[in-house]
Amino acid sequence: MLVFLLLRLTPGDPAAILAGDAASSEQIAAIRASLGLDRSLPVQFGIWLGSLARGELGQSYFYKMQVTQLIGQRLEPTFALATLTIFFAIVVSIPLGVVAAWRFGGWFDRALMGFSVMGFSVPVFVLAYLLIWLVSLQLGWFPVQGYRRLADGFFPFLHHLILPALTLSVIYIALIARVTRASVLEALGEDYIRTARAKGLPEIRVLVRHALANAAVPIATVIGIGIAILIGGVVVTESVYAIPGLGRLTVDAVLARDFPTIQGVILFFSFIYVVVNLVIDLSYVLLDPRIRY
Amino acid sequence: MNARIFAAAVLVSLVATAGAQDKVLRVVPHSNLSILDPIWTTQFMARNHGYMIYDTLFGTDEKNQVKPQMVDSWTVSPDKRLWSFTLRPGLEFHDGKPVTGEDVTASIERWGKRDAMGQKLMTFVERMDSPAPNTFRIFLREPCGIMLEALGKPSSNVPFIMPKRIAETPADKQIEEHIGSGPYVFKRDEFKPGDKAVYLKNNKYQPRKETPSGTTGGKHVYVDRVEWNLALRDAQAQVNALANGEVDILERPAFESYEQLKKANGVVLVNKDPLGFQYMGRFNHLHPPFNNPKVRQAALAAMQQEPFLRAQVGVKEFYKSCASMYTCGTPYGTSKGSDVQSKSSMKKAQELLKASGYDGTPVVILKPTDLAAIQKLPDVAAQLLRQAGFKVDLQAMDWNTVVSRRAKKEAPAQGGWNIFLTAWLAPDVWSPLTNAALGAAGEKSWFGWPSDEQIEKLRDQFARESDEAKRKALAEQIQVRAFEIGTHAPLGEYVNPYAVRKNISGLVVGSGDTYWNVKKN
Repeated sequence: MLVFLLLRLTPGDPAAILAGDAASSEQIAAIRASLGLDRSLPVQFGIWLGSLARGELGQSYFYKMQVTQLIGQRLEPTFALATLTIFFAIVVSIPLGVVAAWRFGGWFDRALMGFSVMGFSVPVFVLAYLLIWLVSLQLGWFPVQGYRRLADGFFPFLHHLILPALTLSVIYIALIARVTRASVLEALGEDYIRTARAKGLPEIRVLVRHALANAAVPIATVIGIGIAILIGGVVVTESVYAIPGLGRLTVDAVLARDFPTIQGVILFFSFIYVVVNLVIDLSYVLLDPRIRY
Repeated sequence: MNARIFAAAVLVSLVATAGAQDKVLRVVPHSNLSILDPIWTTQFMARNHGYMIYDTLFGTDEKNQVKPQMVDSWTVSPDKRLWSFTLRPGLEFHDGKPVTGEDVTASIERWGKRDAMGQKLMTFVERMDSPAPNTFRIFLREPCGIMLEALGKPSSNVPFIMPKRIAETPADKQIEEHIGSGPYVFKRDEFKPGDKAVYLKNNKYQPRKETPSGTTGGKHVYVDRVEWNLALRDAQAQVNALANGEVDILERPAFESYEQLKKANGVVLVNKDPLGFQYMGRFNHLHPPFNNPKVRQAALAAMQQEPFLRAQVGVKEFYKSCASMYTCGTPYGTSKGSDVQSKSSMKKAQELLKASGYDGTPVVILKPTDLAAIQKLPDVAAQLLRQAGFKVDLQAMDWNTVVSRRAKKEAPAQGGWNIFLTAWLAPDVWSPLTNAALGAAGEKSWFGWPSDEQIEKLRDQFARESDEAKRKALAEQIQVRAFEIGTHAPLGEYVNPYAVRKNISGLVVGSGDTYWNVKKN
């Protein structure tokens, strides 16, 4: 409801955008009427709720397609980008965080903290351009833009996705590495770690089996919270790398004042955010046997 | 032996596949394609989509001459009230059905309800019919001078010819089917808004024999497939993609990108549209201070073209001042009446403003922050008007808010405006009837809503007149009067060359973005 109201209160008339540059005021008014934008806000909201109750998100003003269909078309690139980003982030950040905690105060720890600050501070688009310049234009390893669907083959799919996922994963790596370091550091000060070491367990086992396992809940939590950052990052990354995903759809819809699409995408993102965090909450049971629901 | 045959077959198929891939033309259009009905909207992307899949009765060449395209021959009765047309043989829609006179009349009828020039033409039309499948006739109430100009109109809305069953869609509703008789076939199943639009070569298309020029001549297709990359919108990413050979054509590179593009390996700049574009500042005639013609005169005097062009385009070879409201270098281009702007100075502007009785009402200028092609113009307008003595309120917003806001007739304090700035393609402003800013029918005219009986009368005479010398004289009178009352401020002309890979050739010279005749070696 908030989104619905905000959109209607924001300046910008979809009918004027649809009509084009040379359209007359009468043509714009006719389009406004055909879209139902001349009706009162409660009526418009009621119509939208009605379609929502039928499982529909309405029809895009611009593309004359159901919003569900539009989201369906754009889901694969975004899902693939997000998945690979999280994969990179987890694979890289957790070991880095554990090692930094293990070597607390040493050069590696300081370097990682420096990287984390940089990872948070450098805007995604700046990083994207730097990587494109270096990895694509200078080294020629990856294409500078575009997306290939999985159906076009796994190699082209991966080839087009690695660079955007790397770009987007930096901020995520910074976030998770920091939290991993802090959590593992805290765990390393616990009595059971001293006991484990006293038992003569190898250090790697102490770190992974005892310290990391006990630090898993905060790490899982931050992965869930980071989904919001990921969604924001996807919007920028998809724009720079010309990936036709949900982020790009959101930008286009906002710029074009395509109200049904904006509402649909925000609802969808909210749903995903809730589901991911629910899964994370449920995973606590597996990560920490003391937790029961 | 079988293994060898199999290996050879695989090799042949790989070579064939590679060959087919080489014939894909990858274009980065200037904007997104969202609406597929070029009659329902005036958006340029819809027009360009139209040129891919539809054909037109007439076209306009690079020298502004209207020439037949789908039409083979035509006659005009002695009283100039009956126009009889015969279609070229062999015209066929993509669904295999022949193009008939009935398809044509239905298409003209729908276009005549949407397009401003079409509406003007239809005020003369008594009826249309199709006495034989390959002919159609237009009966007029009285003679008019715009028949061919209107049917060969190269920019939005272009009178594209559609099958009758599609053209019968009410003009205020968008068409659902996209079948034309043009050089390309639209792949509806591959169209993903915001991602890509795909067009396949129409193998049944029979091009004319004449050399292609503008929207006239033979529309030969030398590639199998054209892909519009609708996702690649970031200016720097576009340059990177072209330099890396991932796309073949950039329609409108940002002016800031040209230096980089000139240095890029394998990239050349092609100015396929020498007439280019015109910048324009539009006054709102409904509200103070620009409801006072003397204040508009003062603003015109202040708005010299060079500062706008230098700030916005920057590249000297890409812009020029033009004292005409019509495109310079086209038949109606003239400097008559333009002295108030073209031979003025800031001192003169200050004097005019003082004499106008301007009371210090702030001038609300709409500034789009996200449209690189025009976003610096409002800053220049604000600075020049301030220097002239105006109080200026420069309001920043995205382009789509500008588009919405400029349609508002309310006072500036209630969400209206005083000036917005825009750019037009040459054909959109080269004649008194296509130039929307010259309409002066009050609240029925284009945003800004000037009201002037004299201009409207002259435009009506222009539409009726068929003698070219007299039309030129009328066009001149219209411009003189338009400068007198300050309908708008022409702010100079510019070109925006394509950036293409070196293996691309054959781009047809003329206004608009068309992809027939293009070769990829």
